[in-house]
Amino acid sequence: MHPALSVIVFTTLSGFGYGLAASLGLFQPDPSLLAVKFGHVLAFLAIAGGLLSSTLHLGNPQRAWRAFSQWRSSWLSREGVLAVLTFVPLTAQTGLAVLFDTTIGWLGFVVAVMAGLTVYATSMIYASLKTVNAWHNPITNTCYLLFAASGGLLAMAALSAFNGAQSTLIVLAIIALAATFIAKAIWFRALDNESGPSTPESATGLGFLGKVRLLERPHMGENYLTREMGFRVARKHARKLRLISYALGLVLPVLLLLLMGVSGMVFFGVVALLSHLAGVMTERWLFFAEAKHAVSVYYGAESA
Amino acid sequence: MTSLPTQVTGKKLGLVIDLDVCVGCHACAVICKEWNTGGYGAALSDQEPYGEDVTGAWLNRIHTFEVTPGDMIPGYGKKPKGQGMGEVIAQTDEARVVHFPKSCLHCDDAPCVTVCPTGASYKRGEDGIVLVDEDKCIGCGLCAWSCPYGAREMDQDAGVMKKCTLCVDRIYNEDIPEIDRQPACVRTCPANARHFGDLGDPNSDVSKLVEERGGIDLMPEQGTRPVNKYLPPRARQTLPSAEVPSAATIAETTDGAQGFMKWIDTALSKL
Repeated sequence: MHPALSVIVFTTLSGFGYGLAASLGLFQPDPSLLAVKFGHVLAFLAIAGGLLSSTLHLGNPQRAWRAFSQWRSSWLSREGVLAVLTFVPLTAQTGLAVLFDTTIGWLGFVVAVMAGLTVYATSMIYASLKTVNAWHNPITNTCYLLFAASGGLLAMAALSAFNGAQSTLIVLAIIALAATFIAKAIWFRALDNESGPSTPESATGLGFLGKVRLLERPHMGENYLTREMGFRVARKHARKLRLISYALGLVLPVLLLLLMGVSGMVFFGVVALLSHLAGVMTERWLFFAEAKHAVSVYYGAESA
Repeated sequence: MTSLPTQVTGKKLGLVIDLDVCVGCHACAVICKEWNTGGYGAALSDQEPYGEDVTGAWLNRIHTFEVTPGDMIPGYGKKPKGQGMGEVIAQTDEARVVHFPKSCLHCDDAPCVTVCPTGASYKRGEDGIVLVDEDKCIGCGLCAWSCPYGAREMDQDAGVMKKCTLCVDRIYNEDIPEIDRQPACVRTCPANARHFGDLGDPNSDVSKLVEERGGIDLMPEQGTRPVNKYLPPRARQTLPSAEVPSAATIAETTDGAQGFMKWIDTALSKL
């Protein structure tokens, strides 16, 4: 699948933002601290920026409001509706913290639940597609939720360092990061070992006659389908990119968090967060680039 | 709107494509592009039509497949250059070529309809045709991702999703002669490999054809329940080799010559 930059930025930023907003809502750090206020604003901006970015890949973004109408059947529509609904408690939580130095326990809980549901809906846009076997499983949802949670906890831990590092948050963030990358490793393993159910034989119905092989494409050049669904450029670098995403997303942040805990220097926390986000961007790029679409069996693939 | 229709008439308009007859001439794809670029919705745009990297939206594309019956012949133990160990390098028996036109199959369980966030993609209850209301389409492309057949292509110029309409602007069109009230691809096929009709009616010509020839669903494992059916190629008939006279024997025999030719044959033989 074609890894569109706008969609990678959208899922990375909004996932991180929802994770941070949920963490702030559940842990209720003292909003009179400047670092906590900054965290609230950061979560809000990451969510808003991510959602805006998602409209960039649309052919007709001026009609994007119509996407709120089909929540009965469409996960993309549900995601849009949930994102808008989440803005109600989220805006209240952010406003109260920034302007009035206040947090409300139940409001934070509502934000966390709504944020979780929104991230789940985002993941279902992909997990509900039967045509992309790598996505069509519950590990996809688990990964999206865990990435959001670990990014949020990591940011919380980094922000806490402004007022003396909190070892509980650091430990929680490290546990969440480890869980995330265990889930991701399982996801990669399924991708490597399982192929989708479709083959040139099932796609043409000619399997009863023998082995089916594409002899000629319908045309010489590329088309929308081969560009959008048949993306193959750097799949050969997938191994290296996986290692890069593990290194930047997990190993480095864990080491930096430990350093921050020992030294109490905020700098390490901030670098840990930036490194983590770069790792997640790489992971998201692979999420699309490595996934194979069923239609590719009409264009020469053996199975998908 | 983008839920599948609950009020249905049982009518399922669709195509039956005969893979035994299709010669792969691409006439159906060309007439499809021609009709639909001036018909329903936005024109089917091309990008760089006269440049080096020509692309454009087409609603019908013809692939060509090779089918090889018989056993696979694995590669030699020694790894040939550019090949993996044990890779299939050939197969026994004669291969046959099958031309394969592919367009929207107007599925009963159309995933492209239910994923649409705006209600632009819909399936009609009255005849089962799957259409896009281009005024509502935001061009997110999710319907194309959900379709295993690659039946939908985004128009890069209009930014909306294009697909086969089953020529909805022809089949009910009373302004054109009755003989033309069928999809352009069916009307134009010079080999008569394409048939149009109601596949929901077991007594229609197309349903009988599907019954008789064992019509098949594409990718049944995707659970889309396509309406369009494909008729598989008929079994190949091979002539027994003994009955086929060689070119050399035909040239040398004068058996059966009559009249003047027989006289010349006799005269020349005596020389």
